[in-house]
Amino acid sequence: MREILNRLRTAGDSLRSVVSRDESDGQTLATDGGTETAVGDRRRDTLRNSLPVEWELIESAPFWLPPVLLAAFFVYGAIAWNAVLSLTDFQGLGEPSYGQLDLSMYAQMASDGAFWQATQNTLVLLVVFTIFCLALGLFVAILIDQNIRFENTFRTIYLLPMALSFVVTATMWSWVYNAKNGVFNQLLRLLNLEGLIITLLKPAGVTAEVVQWLSWNTTALAAVIFALIWQFSGYAMVVFLAGLRAIPTEHYEAARVDGASTVRMYMRVIIPQLRASAVSASVVLMVFALKAFDFIYSLRGSQPGANMDILATMMYRVAFDSLRWAYGSAIAIVLFLLALLVIGPYLYSEYRRGEL
Amino acid sequence: MSTESRNPLSKIQEMENSRIGLYAVLLFGLVFYLFPVETAVMTMFKTQQSFIETVPFAPPSADGFTLEALTTAWNTLRPGLINSMIMAIPATILSALFGSLTAYGLTTISWRGQVGVVVFIIAGIFIPYQAVLVPLAQFWYQILPDLLNGFVNTVFGFATGGNWTYPIRNGYLQLFQLSVTHAAYGIPICTLLFRSYYQSISDEMIEAARLDGATAFSIYKNIILPLSLPMFAVTLIYQFTQVYNDLLFALVLVNEPSSQVATQRLAALTGGVVQSFNTTMAGAIVAALPTLLVYIVFGEQFAKGVAGET
Repeated sequence: MREILNRLRTAGDSLRSVVSRDESDGQTLATDGGTETAVGDRRRDTLRNSLPVEWELIESAPFWLPPVLLAAFFVYGAIAWNAVLSLTDFQGLGEPSYGQLDLSMYAQMASDGAFWQATQNTLVLLVVFTIFCLALGLFVAILIDQNIRFENTFRTIYLLPMALSFVVTATMWSWVYNAKNGVFNQLLRLLNLEGLIITLLKPAGVTAEVVQWLSWNTTALAAVIFALIWQFSGYAMVVFLAGLRAIPTEHYEAARVDGASTVRMYMRVIIPQLRASAVSASVVLMVFALKAFDFIYSLRGSQPGANMDILATMMYRVAFDSLRWAYGSAIAIVLFLLALLVIGPYLYSEYRRGEL
Repeated sequence: MSTESRNPLSKIQEMENSRIGLYAVLLFGLVFYLFPVETAVMTMFKTQQSFIETVPFAPPSADGFTLEALTTAWNTLRPGLINSMIMAIPATILSALFGSLTAYGLTTISWRGQVGVVVFIIAGIFIPYQAVLVPLAQFWYQILPDLLNGFVNTVFGFATGGNWTYPIRNGYLQLFQLSVTHAAYGIPICTLLFRSYYQSISDEMIEAARLDGATAFSIYKNIILPLSLPMFAVTLIYQFTQVYNDLLFALVLVNEPSSQVATQRLAALTGGVVQSFNTTMAGAIVAALPTLLVYIVFGEQFAKGVAGET
């Protein structure tokens, strides 16, 4: 024991001499304090080095572990449970029985026309919505980036729809699309185009005097996608704007000196540098598209009809209206796998690049 | 194509024209992004007769003006607005606090392998909530009540006589459950927002405090927390908007009519049989009011929160 203390003291002394050589005289108090800490540190360090895991891991655990456990319980615990439920035959009131687990729900899904229709609608929504959102967002971001006046006002208003609830925007759009008095049809009437649009878009075998945007199988999904683009292109704009601002001004100047026109400069020099922004924006937009439940539910309730039905609405209807819990869980697993297909590669590449 | 051959004056003229074109497109953008909102605002002040007869985006005429729709919508939605606040404010504060603590433990204090935990938690942002709905309903309506019934009646059996039951149908309890659910699902995004912020704080200050023997908790309390205040503003505003705007969780977890939140009440108003668009538009505006106000006052913070979600 004394041996150790002596050794520590000599170590402290040598450290003190090092410290006092660095600092001016007359700071004995400070150096003394320094010595004490050094000894304490060393003792603590020996203790910490003998731990099976890093000390920082233990030290930080009280901060991150409780929230991570809470989130993991609700996110991963629930998904795992959902996966198990999808293997049961759980339906109606009462409790699930976990006795016999099989893939019967997935087999049922494979032969369910409504499921394939909803999957098709989900994929169309996902792809078309994301592409148009990106294109419009990029276009608007470039416009905003031209040193315009009232930049903040324009940006704030363009982003405004995103602050609104899906329920609010769906309510507003149901009025815009209203067949009798909605804005779109009134405008068409003013421009005398209503007849033309009806002949162009009217589904076969339907007689109509007005455009039924939300009911026709030719327009229903497109109408939803259009409204969603309206709501979320502002998001793409914000992401692209941040990307544009990160590009050094020399790149613009170099292109101008080379005599490139504005369009050429953007196509050849600027837009290729926005790849990272485009990737991250499209991941988030695709996830929004998969979550578009709130919008369609507010527009059409839980029975939106085959033209507008996506996996998210179908899952809710099957589980919470028809009480076919196991089937709903199976559809939810498909939806989850679709999301995983989008975010898995993204998170992995971010992780590889050390961006997380 | 060859601009050199033209005289400087026409070049300036050309730039001027393209500037005018630019602003014309930007103004068209304003119309595009605002017309559904503008139409809703105009329609909510119109009488039933007037909104059928006039163009939707035109202001109401003198005799077609009424506050009746707004009053009806306000009376229908007011309890929902209060419920939404009771539910959303604690959920938002909890998520932000948890997010900040998690990000601190996973960023400022650095240890090997923490990125794994970060990926694990951040992936939670992108989960389609349908994948947790059935278990969620099971948990709040079956598992937890059963557990609590058993626990209370065993431990306090002398007082309850084994007859205590978890009040599943209590409206405030349902709001509480919804609030806890939102708080839990908000942790991943809040962690991400705080993490990117903490990565930008210089290590030197933290190292200095560490050498002075400060504990992890006192570093958090005295250095990180005060520095995080602007980020708390961003996170609270963004997360409040998300929680307030949600419909899906509320549909599943709240079924007592008295404790329905604003979005639920609006959805019921929209899905009603009678299509009185002046009332539904008024409902949309009333339901949007809290988030609209937050957005108008704190638009900058909201934009930062949005941009952080990448």
